[in-house]
Amino acid sequence: MRRLLFLLPLIVLAALAALFIFGLNPSRDPKAIDSPLIGKPVAAFTAPALAGDQPGIADSDLLTGAYKGQVVAINFFASWCVPCRAEHPLLKQLSAESGIPVIGIAWKDKKDATQAFLGELGNPYARIGTDENGRIGIVGFGITGVPETFIIDKQGIIRQRVPGPLSDDLIESQLLPLIKDLQK
Amino acid sequence: MIGRGRSLLWAAFAVAALLAMSGPSFAVKPDEMLSDPALEARAQAISKDIRCVVCQTENIDESDADIAHDLRVIVREQLKAGATDDQVRQFLVARYGDFVLLKPPFKAKTFLIWTGPFLLLFAAGAGVFLYYRRTAATRHEAVPLNAAEEARLQRFLKDHDADNVAGTGDPS
Repeated sequence: MRRLLFLLPLIVLAALAALFIFGLNPSRDPKAIDSPLIGKPVAAFTAPALAGDQPGIADSDLLTGAYKGQVVAINFFASWCVPCRAEHPLLKQLSAESGIPVIGIAWKDKKDATQAFLGELGNPYARIGTDENGRIGIVGFGITGVPETFIIDKQGIIRQRVPGPLSDDLIESQLLPLIKDLQK
Repeated sequence: MIGRGRSLLWAAFAVAALLAMSGPSFAVKPDEMLSDPALEARAQAISKDIRCVVCQTENIDESDADIAHDLRVIVREQLKAGATDDQVRQFLVARYGDFVLLKPPFKAKTFLIWTGPFLLLFAAGAGVFLYYRRTAATRHEAVPLNAAEEARLQRFLKDHDADNVAGTGDPS
């Protein structure tokens, strides 16, 4: 028993080392927060259209309407958001490579600003809804900012939340396998 | 010199008085506040324990972040609609998780957060207690000198005193 006591500093050191390795791991994001909405059905929402001649998007479109029984991605974005600009080309890549519709919701953005943004960078979205006061994002999806992307399964259940911009690596290593899995 | 000391003292007083008067600044804007003071007080009490999800170490009552503003307004809307304090908190937890509460609830996952300091204190206390008990058990009682030792001691003391009186030896 007393002999073991001499090992105590070593044990403490090992525990600290383990803690530091965990804490300093560059691939761990301390700001990443698990969303409690994963595994929950998508909330009721109605995002009005961006322009008169286009449809908006609502939860009914996912559950009973045009996207019934399909895996979809919902991407919250805004023209004033710089990372959204960086993410923009990846949205096209996501829909092209996965074959699923990517639905955009313009969060806390003015309609003409959104249109100018899409006019400049191109429109990667199958549908666009607007969320001018930000309530669909906050109350419906619990977003903390833009961009954020959600993967919704065939039954309208939220399966994945990506806070922050998508990356090529994330799409290839996580989203595409997940989408493939959900489409089975 | 006296005058200068005085003015310095006054300056120190003035700074202390200013610091005392300026309480914590609040980010809640007048147009967000509810007209019912009781509801507003509840809204502020709830807001103080809700984490601003982007600034993370600030509560929404003090944060200037845009989303903190939105959450403050949502808290007030819910209260106005008749929700209880708990229902308002649950509304936010359902969207942002327990993380949104600055005081995490006591459950299996947060067990260490709440009990960790006490466990450490207990472990340290137990360690100290055991250490002292063991040293107390192994401590030897003082054994009186036998006659020969006593004689040796006296002889030594006498020699030492003699040295000192003579002033030749080292006083130690």
